[in-house]
Amino acid sequence: MHGLPTALLLAPACVLFALFVVWPIAGSLWLSLHEWNGVGVPAWVGLANYRELLADPVFHTALANNLRWLAGYVLAPVLGLAAALLLNQQIAGMRLARSLFFMPFVISQVVVGLVFAWFFNARFGPLGGFALLDSERWSIYALIVAGLWPQSAYCMILYLTGLASIRPELVEAARMDGARGWALLRHVVLPQLRPVNFIVAMVCVVSALRSFDYVMVMTLGGPHNSSTVLAFYMYEQTFLGLRYGYAATIACVMLALMSGIVGMLLWRLLRLERA
Amino acid sequence: MFPAPIEHASPAARTLYRLAVLATLALWLAPLAAVALTSVRPIEDLNRGNLWGWPSELALLENYAAVLGGSRMGRFIANSFLVTLPAVAGAVAVSALAGFALAKHAFPGNRALLAVFVAGNLVPFQVLMIPVRDLMLALGLYDTRWALIVFHVAFQTGFCTLFMRNFIRALPDGLLETARMEGAGELKVFWHVVLPLVRPAIAAVSVLVFTFVWNDYFWSLVLVQSDDVRPLTAGLQSLRGMWQTSWQLVSAASILAALPPVALFFLMQRHLITGLTFGARRG
Repeated sequence: MHGLPTALLLAPACVLFALFVVWPIAGSLWLSLHEWNGVGVPAWVGLANYRELLADPVFHTALANNLRWLAGYVLAPVLGLAAALLLNQQIAGMRLARSLFFMPFVISQVVVGLVFAWFFNARFGPLGGFALLDSERWSIYALIVAGLWPQSAYCMILYLTGLASIRPELVEAARMDGARGWALLRHVVLPQLRPVNFIVAMVCVVSALRSFDYVMVMTLGGPHNSSTVLAFYMYEQTFLGLRYGYAATIACVMLALMSGIVGMLLWRLLRLERA
Repeated sequence: MFPAPIEHASPAARTLYRLAVLATLALWLAPLAAVALTSVRPIEDLNRGNLWGWPSELALLENYAAVLGGSRMGRFIANSFLVTLPAVAGAVAVSALAGFALAKHAFPGNRALLAVFVAGNLVPFQVLMIPVRDLMLALGLYDTRWALIVFHVAFQTGFCTLFMRNFIRALPDGLLETARMEGAGELKVFWHVVLPLVRPAIAAVSVLVFTFVWNDYFWSLVLVQSDDVRPLTAGLQSLRGMWQTSWQLVSAASILAALPPVALFFLMQRHLITGLTFGARRG
């Protein structure tokens, strides 16, 4: 009925999104089947990049670190929910307290990374005893701790929104039946927070897989590649290794990982809704 | 309400509660406090190991003047604004138009298109790096602010369109029909009927995009390389190499970099949170 106007309204968004988001995904998939140093014509190599990646120890570290990141970010909803429960009161000054708690999330990850790099700096940092960034075993956890700070703040704000929309009559009825504290939270409040949990899981997965800034600012993947992640290894392979095809292969693994996890979450959500 | 409202508790419990909140906040914000304090310390304090105590003297002016006057910090700040503000305007315009079409026009593939926008936004954006960089080189935009502006508008369009679409969908169809009966075209309907009614959505999308784009680091590394166009996040990291262990300067620069999004957050808190908690609300 509005054929032409509809197309005109949609055109800018569709053109931009197709050109800079959809098409590049296809481009990375295509490039992952080629060897290319950035100049000249990419040479077809089939699945050779994928085979090489499977045997690449740095790739294994990066993948394991992304999974550690994912596992570490499980703490973000826990801390976030705890903070939300603490701050879910209507008294004077509460709004300010919530805002202050949330503040780390609006600060750039570069700044957060700098702050924590300084914290964990052996010689000049205020927590000099914990020179985690120099340790092959611990550096990745120092990065995850830095990331947890703003991530928990985000989870808190999501849970506060969720808590504001739970049905008071259900909580009151459970109270009448004598439910208190933990039991009330577990059996009455948490089930109502299920949609929020889904959103929280999504944002944590997405940001754990995207993590790059902290690595770039705090460790450059070191010492000895011990704190590298997929996004950072891909960046290195592109600009230091000049191996665009190989880098694109790493990108495709990230994409597959993302699709797999998001698919799983969606499937679970749909099953829960049907049940 | 859960937990039980504290105002029904005993006075002692209420005091205890307030103290608990204050203590948690102090601990939570300690990293920021340490940076803020360090940014006003003289270098001697750092050398002496006075990292948590009060600064021995206030070096606020020296440090901030050294950052703004002795480095390209001013240029980087300007670059960040010159990238972020156009990106906000672009993302709002593009997503409002598309959101209107998706919300109020029935056409085959409407749902599918919306799904593409949503899915595209979840992609780990590093996946796009090599092709987007090549595209910017081919378009002659590489190493210009336009490369960043165009890419950010394109990428943010996914989420913003979904947000706008849901907001516009809630507007009563009758309003639009009345305007159409009076002979207004779709663009006129959009401009005179829809836009004035979705101001809150525009505000939410604006602060959200501002925060994301201002804080972006990855694309600032990948799409530009010269100091003349480099935004603050990437600039900060390059200044750190120059300042080495002068953490008082790194801290002052960090505070400056954090200030605009923090100020915007406090000014437009409600809108930012509406945007960020989108999907977490019922209905």
